Amino acid sequence: MSLIRNGVVIDDPWIRLDDDTPATPGTRAIVSLKRWKAEKPRLIETLAGTGVLLKSNEAAEEIAGDLSVLEVVAVDFPAFTDGRSYSTARILRERYRYLGEVRAVGDVLRDQYGFMVRCGVDAFELADDVDSADWVKAVNEIPTAYQPAADGRSPLFRIRTDTPQDAWLAY
Amino acid sequence: MYQYDQYDHAFMANRVDQYRGQVSRRLAGDLSEDQFKPLRLMNGLYLQLHAYMLRVAIPYGTLSSGQMRKLAEISRTYDRGYGHFTTRQNIQFNWIKLEQSPDILAELASVEMHAIQTSGNTIRNTTSDPFAGAVAGEIDDPRVWCEIIRQWSTLHPEFSFLPRKFKIAVTGSEDDRAAIKVHDIGLALRRNEAGEIGFEVLVGGGLGRTPMIGKTIREFVSQRDLLSYLEAILRTYNLIGRRDNKYKARIKIMVHELGIDEVRRQVDAEWEHLRDGALVLPEEEIARIRAFFAAPAFETIETPVRSYEVARFEDQDFARWTKTNVAAHRQPGYGIAVISLKPTGGVPGDATAEQMEKVAELAERYSLGEIRVTHTQNLVLPHVRLSDMHSLWQGLSDAGLGTANIGLISDIIACPGLDYCALANTRSIPVAQRIQQRVDNIDRQHDLRELSVKISGCINACGHHHIGNIGILGVDRRGEEYYQITIGGRADENARLGDVIGPAVSYDEVPAAVERLLDAYVAERKDDETFIGTYERVGLKPFKEAVYVTD
Repeated sequence: MSLIRNGVVIDDPWIRLDDDTPATPGTRAIVSLKRWKAEKPRLIETLAGTGVLLKSNEAAEEIAGDLSVLEVVAVDFPAFTDGRSYSTARILRERYRYLGEVRAVGDVLRDQYGFMVRCGVDAFELADDVDSADWVKAVNEIPTAYQPAADGRSPLFRIRTDTPQDAWLAY
Repeated sequence: MYQYDQYDHAFMANRVDQYRGQVSRRLAGDLSEDQFKPLRLMNGLYLQLHAYMLRVAIPYGTLSSGQMRKLAEISRTYDRGYGHFTTRQNIQFNWIKLEQSPDILAELASVEMHAIQTSGNTIRNTTSDPFAGAVAGEIDDPRVWCEIIRQWSTLHPEFSFLPRKFKIAVTGSEDDRAAIKVHDIGLALRRNEAGEIGFEVLVGGGLGRTPMIGKTIREFVSQRDLLSYLEAILRTYNLIGRRDNKYKARIKIMVHELGIDEVRRQVDAEWEHLRDGALVLPEEEIARIRAFFAAPAFETIETPVRSYEVARFEDQDFARWTKTNVAAHRQPGYGIAVISLKPTGGVPGDATAEQMEKVAELAERYSLGEIRVTHTQNLVLPHVRLSDMHSLWQGLSDAGLGTANIGLISDIIACPGLDYCALANTRSIPVAQRIQQRVDNIDRQHDLRELSVKISGCINACGHHHIGNIGILGVDRRGEEYYQITIGGRADENARLGDVIGPAVSYDEVPAAVERLLDAYVAERKDDETFIGTYERVGLKPFKEAVYVTD
């Protein structure tokens, strides 16, 4: 598994912890929503950094009160056709003004990358055999945005009318 | 008409390049068919029974003569010299080669057209009233709002993988010619008590396996709030619409299962977060788009137009055509001409390259270069001087386009059916042709008055059979083609779904069954009642008895 964050391939400093594995002190780990809810204080105390994985049927509202202590929220795409996490990512960024990492996991494909970036996803777990340089190219294939989203890009209707954009959009 | 600026052109060029790259990755084997499928569908390319089919978007059914000529050219260069206009105001080419499809998109981009989101689980081409801007009494021009919605929904990053496809229709008239009650979202322009113009919003209409009439979710949404309200509906649907079963994934099922009140509550909660955000359109942008749809400089013409009345008096065929194919225009001395693509024995909605070019030429000469496509698969020249109408009709007739049957029984909607479609159970087109042949006498058709026949070759209902006055649905019965008949459906502002008359009949029995329905209507009708009027007064019984008569 490799990770692209903000367009750069990096070694992933995070591990995924399943619900039965004890947390190793000092590590940075992403846990399920269920585990997070059950063990919140213990995880914060043990781990050097905490992230939560939201399945595509789990709402951002569930962790709205915890976002200040979460460094990563991973949003799941169990199949590329399941588009719920696009909405979840935007809600995290735009409604809750979440500034940490929003990471796409699961069936994450090159040709959905641009959409995900627009929705506020800034990190992507990729299969090892993909050409990450090609991915970085993909995000710039369509520079035009007809509508506002979570990436701070000005929609055409603002560029055309030269009206200033709401400051909060550039999170 | 809307015209692209430098930004729209740049976007389209990027989009064509992106697609070209995707096709070459597919041809090189870097993408499997499974991986490529959602990408080609985003660009309207389907794999059908015999070849690839390309569905080109005609935004809200509006075309210029130049665009029509390009469609003709594409059909000649890349297809077999014809195209098929669809019930969603689009056009389909049925014999496309994958490796040529990027070139076709480049050709389309050169005339400000595309095939984006004509397929896939996305927001599809927004449809509208084909008489927009030409008919009297509109609350506002729906095309302005269709264009605003088109731009907002184009490659919307959040809504490109919805549970299922999503269709929006807009009407600006009280008379609904856009069938808004059978769309995922229907928008009706309304004036509130303060005199402001906004939208009544309907949600959850649709046909297919589970037909539903849309319900009003909000009586009045202001222009300022339109996009944020749409985004709230789409986000709610994206998050909670069913994804476990393709056939229960449309928003109509969500509305049906949760109830309109609960859906309204959830949408409103979402809207609270969105309505004062970045989606409030600047007034200047609305004005910029509105300017493209300003009324053309119509001439002041004295009415009645003597030459038109004389031609109608002297030429009986022309008079008959004007009776069905010409609608009243907002400007005195003008008419709206509807061109029938339903000649007896033809394929409903098909036009040859030569016919497309003829329509382009006639539109240029007589209709300010503007053409519309209707959801009943016909074409419209919206702004024709009555004094030109006879010459127009002669030009159309010479090209085989002068059929005088708009709204009559032979003006049939039929899906492509088993002749083209990979989903179909039965044929549709030959059924339409056989019904047309059965009632070929034009005087008889006029005597039968307004009567819609709609035919679908499977339960996906692309032929809109549920909302036909007579609806015909093809079903497979142990390998044989059978047809279930419904009556009483209608698509207008009083939209309702048809009722099943009884057991399905065989392919051979369809024309005779329709004939008996017609006989029952003629026997029962009062005064100038139409088929639907008679049905709504007398009910199913006499029709049912007529069809299932035992000799």
